[in-house]
Amino acid sequence: MKLLTHNMLTSHVKGVTKGYPLLIKATEVKVNEVDFNPQFVSRMIPKLEWSALIQAADELGQRQDLPGELVPEYEKNEDFLKKVHRVLLEVEVIEGCLQCPESGREFPISKGIPNMLLNEDES
Amino acid sequence: MATSAGRSRFQYLLHLAQDNLDFRIPEIKALLALRGKPFRPSESSREKCPFLCLDGLSEDDVRCIMARSVCAKSAFELWGHGKTHGELKSSLLKYPSENMSPFMQRDSTYRINVYTFNKTLLFEDRIKRIDALEYLPFEGTVSLKSPQHIFCLLEDYGTDPNNIPEHPEYIYFGRWIADGQRELIRSHSVKNRHFIGNTSMDAGLSFIMTNHAKVKENDLVFDPFVGTGSLLVACSHFGAYVCGTDIDYNTIHGRGRSSRKNQKWRGPDENIRANLRQYGTERMYVDVMVSDASKPVWREAPLFDAIITDPPYGIRESTRKTGSHKDITKPPDGIFVESHVPVSQAYHLSDMFSDLLNFSAHYLVVGGRLVYWLPIYRPEYCEEMVPLHPCLRLISNCEQTLSSHTSRRLITMEKIKEPEEQDSLAHLSDPRFSAYQGHNAFREKYFSGLNKKSGRDDV
Repeated sequence: MKLLTHNMLTSHVKGVTKGYPLLIKATEVKVNEVDFNPQFVSRMIPKLEWSALIQAADELGQRQDLPGELVPEYEKNEDFLKKVHRVLLEVEVIEGCLQCPESGREFPISKGIPNMLLNEDES
Repeated sequence: MATSAGRSRFQYLLHLAQDNLDFRIPEIKALLALRGKPFRPSESSREKCPFLCLDGLSEDDVRCIMARSVCAKSAFELWGHGKTHGELKSSLLKYPSENMSPFMQRDSTYRINVYTFNKTLLFEDRIKRIDALEYLPFEGTVSLKSPQHIFCLLEDYGTDPNNIPEHPEYIYFGRWIADGQRELIRSHSVKNRHFIGNTSMDAGLSFIMTNHAKVKENDLVFDPFVGTGSLLVACSHFGAYVCGTDIDYNTIHGRGRSSRKNQKWRGPDENIRANLRQYGTERMYVDVMVSDASKPVWREAPLFDAIITDPPYGIRESTRKTGSHKDITKPPDGIFVESHVPVSQAYHLSDMFSDLLNFSAHYLVVGGRLVYWLPIYRPEYCEEMVPLHPCLRLISNCEQTLSSHTSRRLITMEKIKEPEEQDSLAHLSDPRFSAYQGHNAFREKYFSGLNKKSGRDDV
């Protein structure tokens, strides 16, 4: 699971009102090289919840020196876009789980693939 | 901009492939819309005809369409046309010589092709056709192997193979500009694909769906019933980043029985990511997840540029969602048992389509498109049965016939506004959904007209 996906996921457990962002408990994290595409990263930034991205990168020890606030005129800042690219698309959680911050419900991640299915009584 | 104004006086001729007839015009329209160009066919265009003349375009527009189209075979700058060779000649002689001369210079090389639709000409007849064009002021030298310019004489002998006329119904002459992407149908054939399932989408249709969805470079595309990811393969080819979900754990993890004839189980690296890797687009892979399409797991925001999917109809893949009719006792102490497999229940088709439309209304960007297949029991079909949503405008509806009484329709919708509260439930009471109510309503009809011998239709 990439952090771009994590940034878009929320808990859908029944009754939960504050299910975002999901906490990440990782036992295996990998950094895979992915071709850098500044246009795509620039396009995605407005769709991101920035603080959730920083929190997730922190949880995985992959934040490096990403600023807590989005920098102005980031479209022209290639250095910054490269750092965002790395956390969005290169850092991957291979094993571990996602946890709903309110209910504590865990969603296992295995071989890089989250399992978001809920049991009958949870949805 | 004198030159660009001058350019738009050109007419372009597209030669369309004679399969998936219903899908061709919507594909060309969508690709033009991607360029912000109107679809302006000239009056003579007929629906089933393989030739389509377009006005108001530049050569760049045409090249861009051909870089994407799997329905169009080739495109030409139209120099002349007519019902007879005499009409063609007078039309060609009227064509401005300043438009021709850059391609007929003394130091250039060229070739003339003769293409006939619905008839095969003898070699000597082809030569005669070329010789008859001597009234055109060609000054360059002929090069059959590597010409700088290729010209084409196209003769249309109608669409009835049992009644081929002696003379062509229509004739065109033009300068070849570009070929379409028909080659993708072969290069991306599921026959040679690493990871497939029982219902993997055919390569040609996957690319057509991608084009209908106006998928473009740097888009984020989502497939909620991703299966083996055929649609993601097509989207990633055109530069979109892709993600998908499926309720089937085994499919997403590439486990279980193989869909191939001589192979019992799936291999260790049979998965969607490996499919993208096979075609050199792994960089476009975002993620796939095990998830139930009826219970969205996404943060509510217009996240996706396109949603493109082939939902299960319950014929060859069952329709399922999690949940149960029974009262479930909670596991003791509230601990989560990892091995627990959620009970799945039937997913009514009517609910599935209303969920899909509602989901799209919420998660598409404005202007983004939803493209999906709707199964049809033909004797009862009417246009009013196609589900609508106040936030989604119906763009096209193309039929692919599956049997005498069933078909599926490729529905393309575009999001026109953000949903308001009253929009979400507005269409649920709509009678158009009644055809899909009751889990097995479509399934029962589907099998009703089949005799035992032909009971293995492709869906």
